[in-house]
Amino acid sequence: MPDKSETENDLQSERPANADVPNAEQLVRDNIAWMLALTERMLRDRSLAEDVVQEAFVNALRGLEHFEGRSSIKTWLHRITVNAALTKLRQLRRLGEQPIDEYLPEFDRVDCRIEAPWTYLSPVQEVMESAELRAFVNSAIDKLPDSYRIVLQLRDIQGYATSEVAILLEISEANVKVRLHRARAALKKLLEPVLRGEVRK
Amino acid sequence: MSIEHKVGFLRRLKGFFLKHMHRMITCKEFEEFVLDYLDDELPAAQRSVFELHMRMCRECREYLAAYRRAQEVGYALLNSDDEPLPDDVPEDLVKAILDARDH
Repeated sequence: MPDKSETENDLQSERPANADVPNAEQLVRDNIAWMLALTERMLRDRSLAEDVVQEAFVNALRGLEHFEGRSSIKTWLHRITVNAALTKLRQLRRLGEQPIDEYLPEFDRVDCRIEAPWTYLSPVQEVMESAELRAFVNSAIDKLPDSYRIVLQLRDIQGYATSEVAILLEISEANVKVRLHRARAALKKLLEPVLRGEVRK
Repeated sequence: MSIEHKVGFLRRLKGFFLKHMHRMITCKEFEEFVLDYLDDELPAAQRSVFELHMRMCRECREYLAAYRRAQEVGYALLNSDDEPLPDDVPEDLVKAILDARDH
């Protein structure tokens, strides 16, 4: 296919000196799918996710010549993408303090936990095998307020350290920990019907 | 004494016991240690107090098991669709990105 090789040569002439850096189109093609999945998870909106991915690529391609290979391309792009998504969430004022109390654990007057007995706790496998249960879990995660859900995604799912999440979100490490714990506690509350085996598979 | 009264009395007794006995913490205090416990960041003395409470308190023990399971389920779900198929590449968006770069 002459057209394709022509395009490739064309793009290769723009390739920076570092031979490990892929050309622009290849970089976009190789990474756009996971970047869209990540941003859609963070923003919960496909068209916002597309805007953010476009912005992230424009930033990345602009900075490609400065990419020093100290991390993998994917790690480098990941951070650029997360930053672009957080910038968008901030612009939309979706990262401020949000109420989450209704999903938090309850205690009685003498500080004893109020927790109905658990006679059954669903194994992870059982939940993952059922499309209905997976859909339930997805919608439960979407119910978490953005400022908590984002901390849960960055730390528990994407594996960023507490200190990195603090820098990305411009909040203290202590605040990251508080939000992470509340997000997990709220997720537990929201998933109770599934975990107790009460949702029909 | 009705069953509700008995349960209420036992809960108050438990609350008093956890609050005032040596090496005991209340469920509310337990809650504040959960994250550091799971991150393995509690000093040995606090860790043993935390684990002692867990052995004594059915509610906190079951709560923590469900808390961890919810975390595992969330992790499994959000990681399962992280590897999209190659056909997921939206051509119009790829073109828009490359065009935007050229301008």
